[in-house]
Amino acid sequence: MSALDDRPLLVAEGLTKHYGQHIGCADVSLDIHEGEVVAVVGESGSGKSTLLGLLSTQLLPSAGSVRYLMRDGEERELLSLSEAERRFLLRTDWGFVHQDARLGLRMGVSAGGNVGERLMAVGWRHYGRIRAEAEHWLDRVEIARSRIDDRPDTFSGGMRQRLQIAKNMVTRPRLIFMDEPTGGLDVSVQARLLDLIRGFVSDYGLAAVIVTHDLAVARLLSHRIVVMRHGRVIETGLTDQVLDDPREPYTQLLVASILQA
Amino acid sequence: MSDAAVYNFAYLDEQTKRMIRRALLKAVAIPGYQVPFASREMPMPYGWGTGGVQVTAAVLGADDTLKVIDQGADDTTNAVSIRKFFERTAGVATTTHTSDATVIQTRHRIPETPLREGQILVYQVPIPEPLRFLEPRETETRRQHALEDYGLMHVKLYEDIARHGHIATTYAYPVKVDGRYLMDPSPTPKFDNPKMDMCPALQLFGAGREKRIYALPPYTRVVSLDFEDHPFEPTKFDRGCALCGAEGIYLDEVVTDDCGGRMFVCSDTDFCESRRTPPRAAAPGLNEVPR
Ligand SMILES: Nc1ncnc2c1ncn2[C@@H]1O[C@H](COP(=O)(O)OP(=O)(O)O)[C@@H](O)[C@H]1O
Ligand SMILES: [Mg+2]
Ligand SMILES: [Zn+2]
Repeated sequence: MSALDDRPLLVAEGLTKHYGQHIGCADVSLDIHEGEVVAVVGESGSGKSTLLGLLSTQLLPSAGSVRYLMRDGEERELLSLSEAERRFLLRTDWGFVHQDARLGLRMGVSAGGNVGERLMAVGWRHYGRIRAEAEHWLDRVEIARSRIDDRPDTFSGGMRQRLQIAKNMVTRPRLIFMDEPTGGLDVSVQARLLDLIRGFVSDYGLAAVIVTHDLAVARLLSHRIVVMRHGRVIETGLTDQVLDDPREPYTQLLVASILQA
Repeated sequence: MSDAAVYNFAYLDEQTKRMIRRALLKAVAIPGYQVPFASREMPMPYGWGTGGVQVTAAVLGADDTLKVIDQGADDTTNAVSIRKFFERTAGVATTTHTSDATVIQTRHRIPETPLREGQILVYQVPIPEPLRFLEPRETETRRQHALEDYGLMHVKLYEDIARHGHIATTYAYPVKVDGRYLMDPSPTPKFDNPKMDMCPALQLFGAGREKRIYALPPYTRVVSLDFEDHPFEPTKFDRGCALCGAEGIYLDEVVTDDCGGRMFVCSDTDFCESRRTPPRAAAPGLNEVPR
């Protein structure tokens, strides 16, 4: 379907965000293609989350633009979408996985209700079908069906992240934004989650923007890498190239520090 | 000097009543939409129907006949004190008979006797926002109303079914008004929801603490939310009233003695009494024969 269409899914140009006098992120331009996973790396405070917020229209830029190729093939400037269109996009064609599961889940609502929420938001009104769909996605993220009526506050950290993924996947998004999805998890739990994300990306042809300060996560998941420092992109390229042969001294430092660890 | 001369008519000053009427007009123009209003201090605490009282004060005229019910009864403390309040401050006639009333203020029930054109039903509302349960942020619920973005309400109903096997919400059961706004019918039992639909009377809702007014103009479509495979069902009682025998009406369980004796009787005391008092014909529209 998109063989004829090599237009990028998302095009960001000159994205800048000031927090008062302070710069959150400055003059970032970036393309994301269908099925492509882009990692945004850099130390804490380098502007990764700000960039993710701008790309996903959660933050208003001080300057710059984001265009997106809608499902109907039309390219739209995201800032020009009506609030209703924007919400629809966010909860159908996009997904969000937060480091803090409480931002992505309703902790007082059962796992099934969490997964079903997007479906109900787009008009599903058959309880049995919503539940069947929720069971399907719980299977896919390896959460036992018997937990469908339990609330996520009874889940482990790893399960919560997997539930966030299931919650997003029900509408078959084409693009998913993740901010430190494995942050704060034990190494073995991290590995399982990364495996799952990798599987989803390839099975569903998902495009993803993954913010991480962990170069190993970037190495494992991403095709392309964007290195940020002081709110600017200082280096970008294919993940293996950048990690094996970093150009910028700062990137060399980042890579060296992980090799030492 | 009579009390009525001490107070402005119906207690509130004319300025305040005009402000409330403006909110009411807007509410009537946008059925189910919550209109903010500058709720006033009333000589009774919040939770005692200050929202309803302000609405009643704003719509009451000298030739109106007022009825006040609480849980269907005219004789509870709350109902009596509000009725007395308007007798004192407005000097209006009061009644317990639904069909004689032009304005009925209520908490928790809609009378069993069908309402007619020209009557006004005023509800006391504690929490006007049906989405509050799942979404505590006012900015977000407002946006959800603006965008008709009501999926969250179904999440609540989904949770009900997941937990209880059926939609267990029996009070404040959410409705969609005129195909547009999601509305909390105040803590009336869902049994009464069908009475709101296409009702010939004007229905006004006042929330004092939350400073909101909303309305259903006569003959407005009011649909209770549900799922295709779990359709809305009003509460059904498997018996009739132990006093008057009426069936298909809302019953309250009352304790009759201190040895655990109990019986089910009409929650609408006026309805029950008029069926048991021969001189007054049975209420129109309902013709069950007392057993
Ligand atoms: N809401 C905010 N108000 C003020 N400054 C902020 C805000 N959010 C982020 N910043 C600042 O912007 C810079 C980039 O932050 P952030 O995007 O969170 O970085 P990262 O995700 O890479 O840690 C930091 O200096 C941070 O202190
Ligand atoms: Mg961050
Ligand atoms: Zn009775």
